[in-house]
Amino acid sequence: MTPPPAGWADHPAAAALAARHRLRAWESIPWALALAFYFVFPKHLGFGTELLVTTLFAISLDLVLGYAGIVTLGHAAFFGAGAYTVGMLAKLGIWNEPLSGLILAAVVAAAVGLGSGLVLLRTHGLTLLMLTLCTMALLEEAANLAHDYTGGFDGLDSLPIAPLFGVFEFNPLYPKTQYLYSLAVLFVCFVFVRTLVYSPFGQSLRGIRENMLRMHAVGAPVRGRLVLCYTVSAAIAGVAGGVWAQANAYVNLGTLGLDRAATVLIILVLGGYGRLYGAFVGAVAYMVLSHVLSKIYPTAWQLGLGLLLVVIALFARNGILGIAEAAVRAVGRRGAGALPSEASERP
Amino acid sequence: MIFGVDVASMLLGGVAAGMVLFIVSVGLSVTMGLMGFVNLAHGGFAMLGGYAIALAMKQWGFGFGTALVFGFVVTAAASAALERLLYARLYRATDLDQVLFTIGLVFMMIASVTLLVGPENQPLALPAMLRGQINLGFMRYRTYSVVLIVIGIVIVSGLWLGVERTRFGAQIRAAVDNRRMAESLGINIARLFTITFALGSGMAALGGGLGAEFLGLDPQYALKYLVYFLIVVAVGGLGRVSGVFYAALLIGVLDFVLKKYVPQGGSAFIYVLTILLLLWRPQGLFGARAT
Repeated sequence: MTPPPAGWADHPAAAALAARHRLRAWESIPWALALAFYFVFPKHLGFGTELLVTTLFAISLDLVLGYAGIVTLGHAAFFGAGAYTVGMLAKLGIWNEPLSGLILAAVVAAAVGLGSGLVLLRTHGLTLLMLTLCTMALLEEAANLAHDYTGGFDGLDSLPIAPLFGVFEFNPLYPKTQYLYSLAVLFVCFVFVRTLVYSPFGQSLRGIRENMLRMHAVGAPVRGRLVLCYTVSAAIAGVAGGVWAQANAYVNLGTLGLDRAATVLIILVLGGYGRLYGAFVGAVAYMVLSHVLSKIYPTAWQLGLGLLLVVIALFARNGILGIAEAAVRAVGRRGAGALPSEASERP
Repeated sequence: MIFGVDVASMLLGGVAAGMVLFIVSVGLSVTMGLMGFVNLAHGGFAMLGGYAIALAMKQWGFGFGTALVFGFVVTAAASAALERLLYARLYRATDLDQVLFTIGLVFMMIASVTLLVGPENQPLALPAMLRGQINLGFMRYRTYSVVLIVIGIVIVSGLWLGVERTRFGAQIRAAVDNRRMAESLGINIARLFTITFALGSGMAALGGGLGAEFLGLDPQYALKYLVYFLIVVAVGGLGRVSGVFYAALLIGVLDFVLKKYVPQGGSAFIYVLTILLLLWRPQGLFGARAT
């Protein structure tokens, strides 16, 4: 083995790789904004909670889609698994403590992810897409059939969720607790995902996304990595579903539907996938637009959304963040040289 | 004897539904097999065609047959324009971009139809001679189902002859089997694909019109039955006309029988079956090539 050449650490590539995971000043902005929202818009905390949960769900999708490159149309299966775990345990009076409920939601969703991932991830392309779709449709149908336990089409409402730490009540009319609780859960999960994607494991996922054949050739356990990534992502989606059920005190079949799966995909792509903060940008852009527009002009909203998707697919494949990064780079070239951004590692 | 009649009536109903499934799905299978394009907007073309047919009959007093031809031509022309202008840019793009583009297209189709025509279900009045029942010798059955089966047989024979016996069909088969080889032999793939795409969308339009009687016709049609169309294609194998035909009949009969005996949970059974089948044969039941 030849030793690395002297002074390799000074090489710009090595420096960029070593500094990649460091926290940057702007990374505090979304969290500061989220806290500010709590004080500025006390009347819109219900919407804020929905926004935070959606962001968390989009982050879980980013892990499989943006980092591992698995195209799935069935991610709501895990969101729904988490939501129904919390909902059924609370409704049947078995368990209603929120934090441990989330852990149970994560465990159940992870089990669904592991089980389906083990079989689904043998395939790729259209077959994989179809299998993710069918798995989700199957869960939805199962939830519909088992209406003695799941409430069927009507779902379960007025879930008796216990107060957080025995003190802070989940009041559906004044969702202060829900908002801060969702924010805290989002933060913990985000830190976990951020650590994960900058770890060697995250790096190997990117390798699989870029060139699966080469990853096989260098001896990486490709399928094991993909299944693990799918399971972790499912667990986080399950947490998102669990928080959603606790915050709204109900679950219904919509948590498992194609609508939710397609929406989260759109949100992630709108923000920019494979770049952590894309989920935040996409969720805010989509939710605010849909909140304002869909009530006034629901049909025009759908038309605009479709147009937006077509434009993104044709011209702006990296979403809003991609456009912003390209702009920053263009300005940077004119000014003081290229900025080291995460975009530079994407093709 | 009664039992035999029951079985026959169920089979006929299922086969009629299967014929509609086939007419809609065959274009999807060929475009996916030919270009590897994940076209989730295919159900949208069926919906648009169904609307063209229903409106032509209601607004302009077209006969059922003329309206079907009209719907076929309009949808084929519109899809050919879309293919040249937009789809063609994405043939080399990733699955994800194709999925997003076609989902966006479906949303735009649904919203446009809702804005222009309205969100309600469009009733499609069949001509009097197609309503009522027909005597099949051993039993009486709904005329329209029998007509659907006959139309389906005519179409599948026509397609089979077209694909197996004509020069154009040979080019399609060559391109499905090995696109690069076909291209280097001088086959004009771009033109081939535009024509196939237009024909496939036109067929979907026919299916939308023919099936409106029992599938209904509203803007959500484009997404509601998409999973079924995709299942037929995935089970039948990409780019195989005969495979899609058998798969459509299988799913049609299965769905019909299950809806009758297990009104709840019938579709769950089809999903399970599809999952198991795709795990066993990822290229589909009748597909020859790995996808």
